[in-house]
Amino acid sequence: MGRYLRRKITIYILTFFVAVTLDWMIPRFMPGNPILILVSRFTGLPQSAKVMYSYLVKAFGLDEPLWKQYLNFWIAFLKGDLGVSIYMYPKPVVDILKQAVPYDVALLLPSITLSWIVGNKLGAVAARTKKLDSIVLPIFYILTATPYLWLGILLAWFLGVVLGLFPIAGAYSFSTVPSFSLDFILDFLGHWILPFLSLFIVMLGGWAIGMRNMIIYELEADYVKYLESLGASQQLIRKYAFRNAVLPQVTGLALQLGTIVAGALTTEIIFSYPGIGYILLEAILHEDYFLIQGCFLFIILGVLLANFFIDIIYVIIDPRIRYSYGGEI
Amino acid sequence: MKKLAFFVVLILVISVLIFPAVRFKRSETLYAGGGMWAPPSNWNPITPWNAVTGTVGLIYETLYLYDPLKDEMVPWLVEKGEWEGPNVFKIVLRKGLTWSDGKPLTAEDVKFTFELSKKIPEIYYSPLWNWIDRIEMLDERTLVFKFSEARYHEWLYNLYQIPILPKHIWEKKSKDEILNGTNEGAIGSGAYLFETYDQDRMVYLRNENWWATKLLGLKPAPKRIVYLRVLSNNVALGMIMKGELDISNFFLPGVPNLKKYYDIHTWFKDPPYMLSDNTAFLFLNTIKKPMDDPKFRRALAFAIDVEKIVRTVFERQVLPSNPLGFLPIDSWMKYYDEKVVEKYGFKFDPETAKKLLDEAGYKDVDGDGYREAPDGSKIHLKIIVPYGWTDWMESIKIIADNFRKIGLNVEAKFPDFGKYWEDLTSGKFDMAINNFGSQLSSTPWTLYNWLFNPEISEYMYNGNFERYKNDELFDLIKKFNLTPMDKTNEAKSIISKIEEIFLKEMPAIPLWYNGLWFQASKSAWTNWPSENNPYAYPCTWGGRWQMGGLMMLTKLKPAK
Repeated sequence: MGRYLRRKITIYILTFFVAVTLDWMIPRFMPGNPILILVSRFTGLPQSAKVMYSYLVKAFGLDEPLWKQYLNFWIAFLKGDLGVSIYMYPKPVVDILKQAVPYDVALLLPSITLSWIVGNKLGAVAARTKKLDSIVLPIFYILTATPYLWLGILLAWFLGVVLGLFPIAGAYSFSTVPSFSLDFILDFLGHWILPFLSLFIVMLGGWAIGMRNMIIYELEADYVKYLESLGASQQLIRKYAFRNAVLPQVTGLALQLGTIVAGALTTEIIFSYPGIGYILLEAILHEDYFLIQGCFLFIILGVLLANFFIDIIYVIIDPRIRYSYGGEI
Repeated sequence: MKKLAFFVVLILVISVLIFPAVRFKRSETLYAGGGMWAPPSNWNPITPWNAVTGTVGLIYETLYLYDPLKDEMVPWLVEKGEWEGPNVFKIVLRKGLTWSDGKPLTAEDVKFTFELSKKIPEIYYSPLWNWIDRIEMLDERTLVFKFSEARYHEWLYNLYQIPILPKHIWEKKSKDEILNGTNEGAIGSGAYLFETYDQDRMVYLRNENWWATKLLGLKPAPKRIVYLRVLSNNVALGMIMKGELDISNFFLPGVPNLKKYYDIHTWFKDPPYMLSDNTAFLFLNTIKKPMDDPKFRRALAFAIDVEKIVRTVFERQVLPSNPLGFLPIDSWMKYYDEKVVEKYGFKFDPETAKKLLDEAGYKDVDGDGYREAPDGSKIHLKIIVPYGWTDWMESIKIIADNFRKIGLNVEAKFPDFGKYWEDLTSGKFDMAINNFGSQLSSTPWTLYNWLFNPEISEYMYNGNFERYKNDELFDLIKKFNLTPMDKTNEAKSIISKIEEIFLKEMPAIPLWYNGLWFQASKSAWTNWPSENNPYAYPCTWGGRWQMGGLMMLTKLKPAK
């Protein structure tokens, strides 16, 4: 176990280092001058803009040689400072992420995990009989191929405007302030349900198809044939098959969870829901090096952490891995 | 285990039930939008272009307000201000001014605000000190500004631009905090307080101890202003139709159509529905061939069908510009020289355009259907506007088409805003539309200062993108600036010469007046300003609160 962990950790740290370096480099390949864009919002007298420009270039350290900027980036990062955003000047990047990420997590964590659980169950059920399978599988294909954008608009229009059941914009009503009260929680949930559904329904299709394929594959395995010949009940066989089939799904879940912070951009736009996705888009359009770096850093960390976490879980749930690594447990 | 879970749930439920909810009363809250595009993150009046709209105007105030509809400077923090000599301006502040934290606002604060930019030259209004000699405080309410060179027009503009800062708070800030701070929880003298904010909204709370309530009997009607940000204009449209948005300064598509079915309030009942706010110019890069030839530039002016753009792209919500690009406001139009425009102006006439190009030597010599330059070189030009600005995108498609009809090979292109701005400011573009500095103001000097910024450098941050150099013109503009406001005849004769040069040289072609997009819902608030009730300029954009937005708030009435 120890050797396993050590190898994994080394690989992850190396990957992190390379990924972050790329993350730092890429925004700087964009043509254009971010400080100019910042100064463009200035509607004062032209003479003053010149003063601001030279000051801002120095303040952001963009007049230093590239290798120095790279070094400064690492030094600041290790101190927990991701720099100051140009697009949302002068807000520090860390603050922007702190405020936006909770909304993404609140939206995507439930939708990914719930769609995973429900999707897997449905996929397993679909694999029971051929008749059921042929009815339900096309539905899953339709669901997974549905664009989030389209389903979101459909839900907003039908449930929000025609039936008037749910609000269609914002994270919570414009007439209230966050508080730990029933009214606010209900209000928040009311605003949350439509974006959640638009993600949940689509993702569920994908998981269901994957699970259904895995179950069918497992049901061809030797141990299943052996159990059948021993006269085991269908239920028992299905239970064992499920456990084996779920392993690749766990990997898939890990990857999906890691990209939580990339946000569901189109959902955010349709429902005017706050989150990292839209901020990242605006950061790219405004050539905000530091905010882009910060957002992608979060994604890199998220993906690597989720992967690492799942690697550990794998050791626990799949005995074959344990034994192949020298079985210390 | 089950018992523990039960207790935890019970405690959660109880706490949820006892915490009070906060709901803003509809009749006390104004929902506004159209001036906030990024999540609110900055309330620093030193960087007003980056601060949340309302920072200057609602929280911080200026010495004067300016009413563009009446062309009147309204003494605001100042009780009276006057020129005591050609280079001496004296102001007397009102008695009883207070900051929202209770401390009095005195001449010390005003002096501190101006002198801050002397101490910290990175502040945007530090160039003032090139022509202010010193500021003397005569007593708690009286300040005398002594100028080494009195720039009357520029001074007039600054009187309603510079927000007055509380000395007792800002003298304690470090240089970094002053220049880069977010200034969250800003404390000013204004009608509203900083209450709270989130990713998509800014909430202002009425200052019940506002000095103007006591001294001038003014009280803004909404107790709260929730300034919201939506990610697409269609959401704003839906909200105003449902009555969830009271005032929108968004550009909403299809307003003329909607007015037939929904009672949406606009300034004018009929086209153009909107007031004119700034002039859109087509900038021609005068350092590139053939735009360096004034005859070529003038010919272009005759070729553009602005009427068509106004009609089809803007659905008549804007007005075509006059040949000088002067907004239809008194402060500018009083300097409009009809004779000069009649002699040297232009109008849409493609035949004249073709004639001018022929006379200037631009003929199609190789028979490819497009004209070449007099020296035979091919002409292939691009007009740029930022991608996503759909009304401008459609406009330049029409303009490019107009130019092709007179035999010029011109294409419309739509780079991302970053690239557009880079090309425009670095002088790499051919032709581009821009309007960032042509807003209405108390003097057309601001327009000419922007169009003909004399400091031409590698990057033109703000103005004179066309890099037009004309020392005679720059001198005239400076002379105009140095002419006292009351010497109108002298000013007129100077500006007529400027106008003449502008029309003869045509380095930037005025196209149309972008509108003050203003739509209002009468479901919660009434008595909105309109052509029949023009008591204020209904704008909530940054930099315009002190030009009417604030006054509008004091006259609104809840709908009942």
